[in-house]
Amino acid sequence: MDLNDGPEYAAFREEIRAFLVSREADAPAVRGPNDGKARAWQRLLIERGYAARTIPRQYGGGGREPDILKSRILAEEFARAQVSPGLGGQGISMLVPTLLDVGTEAQRMQFIPPTLSGEMVWCQGYSEPGAGSDLASLRTSAVLDGDHWVINGQKIWTSTAHVADWMFCLVRTEPDAPKHRGISFLLFRMDTPGIEVRPLIDMTMRRNFNEVFFTDVRVPKDQIVGKRGEGWKVANVILKNERDSLGDPNQTLTRLNMLIDIMKSETIDGRRLIDDPLWLDRLMRIQGRVMAMRHNDLRVLSSKLNEGQDSSLARMIVKLQGTELRHELEALAIDAMGEVGLAYGANPYVRDNGGWQYWHMYYLGLIIGGGTSQIQKNIVAERGLGMPREPRAGEA
Amino acid sequence: MRFGLSPEQTLFRDSVGRYLRDHSALDRVRRFADRDEKRATDLVAGLVELGVPALLVPEAHGGIGLTALDACVVAEALGYRVAPVAFAANAAMAPTALLLAGSEAQKRDWLPSIADGGMIVGAALSELCGARLGAGVAASGGRLRGKALFVLDFEADAYLVADMDGGLHLARADAPGLSRARLETVDRTRPIGELGFDNVAAEPLPGASMDVCRQVLDIGRTMLAADTLGAAQCMIDRAVVYAGQREQFGRVIGSFQAVKHMCAEMAAHLEPTRASVWYAGHAIAEGSDEAHLVACHLKALLGEVGRFVAKTATEVHGGMGFTDLVGLHYWYKRIGFNRQMLGSPERLRIEAARAQGLAA
Ligand SMILES: Cc1cc2nc3c(=O)[nH]c(=O)nc-3n(C[C@H](O)[C@H](O)[C@H](O)COP(=O)(O)OP(=O)(O)OC[C@H]3O[C@@H](n4cnc5c(N)ncnc54)[C@H](O)[C@@H]3O)c2cc1C
Repeated sequence: MDLNDGPEYAAFREEIRAFLVSREADAPAVRGPNDGKARAWQRLLIERGYAARTIPRQYGGGGREPDILKSRILAEEFARAQVSPGLGGQGISMLVPTLLDVGTEAQRMQFIPPTLSGEMVWCQGYSEPGAGSDLASLRTSAVLDGDHWVINGQKIWTSTAHVADWMFCLVRTEPDAPKHRGISFLLFRMDTPGIEVRPLIDMTMRRNFNEVFFTDVRVPKDQIVGKRGEGWKVANVILKNERDSLGDPNQTLTRLNMLIDIMKSETIDGRRLIDDPLWLDRLMRIQGRVMAMRHNDLRVLSSKLNEGQDSSLARMIVKLQGTELRHELEALAIDAMGEVGLAYGANPYVRDNGGWQYWHMYYLGLIIGGGTSQIQKNIVAERGLGMPREPRAGEA
Repeated sequence: MRFGLSPEQTLFRDSVGRYLRDHSALDRVRRFADRDEKRATDLVAGLVELGVPALLVPEAHGGIGLTALDACVVAEALGYRVAPVAFAANAAMAPTALLLAGSEAQKRDWLPSIADGGMIVGAALSELCGARLGAGVAASGGRLRGKALFVLDFEADAYLVADMDGGLHLARADAPGLSRARLETVDRTRPIGELGFDNVAAEPLPGASMDVCRQVLDIGRTMLAADTLGAAQCMIDRAVVYAGQREQFGRVIGSFQAVKHMCAEMAAHLEPTRASVWYAGHAIAEGSDEAHLVACHLKALLGEVGRFVAKTATEVHGGMGFTDLVGLHYWYKRIGFNRQMLGSPERLRIEAARAQGLAA
């Protein structure tokens, strides 16, 4: 056991802290809009190797050597300072790694630089009304007609489709093949004729996702990633990346510290919330679990740095435990504040700008999205514990 | 950075685990529990040979000078096999107290015999984790008076005794004026008992203080938590194996999703505590400021998770789980014991809050 990072990393941490202090004024709001300020900040971060750190320079990235510890220090320091760590979104977090893995050189040159800079915003078109947990049963079809794919069908729950310039999308191209082998991974512009985006308001009352309809949408034949019929494999590269990023204990820790602050400052009947043993006990329960998830995270990180350390089960449980824990954490703030905890929107007593209610609901969304908790349990039981697999349609 | 066990620690864990698998199988545990054996002398001797009580004793005093993290690894292995042997008090709390607060002469006198198994030391610190009516020890002029309840590793040759002012003392079991009464509990794998002190001569540890007591409790709590980790892991492993064999409705019950999800939930709750046990062991070994907070949270968390696993793994076994035949109840009760001793989850969470200045 050695938890020291060594002098090189201590210096790196100092460098980041100094940067965050000196450039504070240039930072846009965390999770704010993709505007001029956000893009300028993104450029600066990439230039300094703080965002898109390991992506090669010719694709518009920072071009630094992969160094898991430095990436970790960056994440920790930006979270601690509550400063925007640059642009996010499904293009940067999911499509870019996929193209680096399986895209052609021309695709990388065309798509990665504008995606990283924030000029090209993406949405992920996977789920359909009939294909959620059982994603591989998707039915949106693409048929080759000359030099174009012609797409017909419907996607749903498509986050950011209303602001996206492009979609990466799973479509069925081989209707006669077994379901996992009949899917292809296509890229296309959202202003292509025949695409209609209809908003879906979610329970937070925001428009986080949409329905997307396709009627004879023509997409150039070469806008396919991987080969025909290999879309399922391509998608799985990123589904793993997505799950790794949901339930991150470092973000949960930031919220926990905010929760402690609020329990120290809010009073009911003249007594601070934290001085009520019932709330204190619930707070400590959550803190103990957050602590364990952070230790678990260190273990997973370490297994990436050191050969021969197995942490597959430790990694498999993060999405399940992390999203449920965060949902409970947000609930505690609401409960402890009583009626004030209800405040949302235009209410003079609202706290954290409605954030406690918002994140409580949003994390219910994340318990469902990206593979539901039940699906995660299937994965833990089958792949983690080696229990019998679920019967799959068409396999019986 | 390397977060995890070293190859040596893994080897050590495996050799203790193998020894216990071969010598502390369920029938051996049962014999201990059914016959009210005082000490499982065969197992004690075998573990002495492996160096278990010598773990934390420095080489200069005849030990092997390892750390709290190594002790966690052993505690986990003992819990996995519900081994009926003294450990938390004898091999962790007593050496820690001697090293932190004993005089050089006391270290010379006591540590070698703990290390070589010549002496087993119990720990009477429960009054610091909640004193019951009438219990509590007062010290004056090298003499102890009063009563200590729920003494850990009770079948011992001597006791580490805390007084109500943060003093620590070593009292021999055969000291005149010392009376002993075993207290039966639901967990028959680890004897506890009550000590009466009627003007008993004892050796005070000169460096003792409330702070030292706290550190002694931290390591004791961490050992009980690690014991629960091992016991709970064993229950999950057994549930998964059983679910893969038992058939109902023409298929193994492990193919029913309800059963799979019970197992997945157990694993998902328990797995992060493994990293926390390592972290706590490391924090104690390094003398880190975080050690106390982490030990409190860890034991509280494993108290809760352990209870959930103990119940759920029993359910996976159906009626068989409820019987004495499969003996799962030894694990269930061991986990229950660890939950209550040296501070229940509720109490430890208050201590955790105090450690951060969040409660008075
Ligand atoms: C906030 C949010 C954002 C999202 N963003 C996107 C996006 O950008 N792009 C995109 O493509 N999709 C997105 N999704 C969709 C998401 O991936 C799906 O909602 C999710 O995979 C579940 O599918 P479903 O909604 O069809 O539910 P269903 O699959 O119908 O599930 C309904 C219930 O049945 C259970 N269930 C289903 N199958 C099983 C099984 N085998 N075993 C046990 N229980 C089962 C589920 O756990 C759930 O409780 C988003 C979802 C949310 C909530």
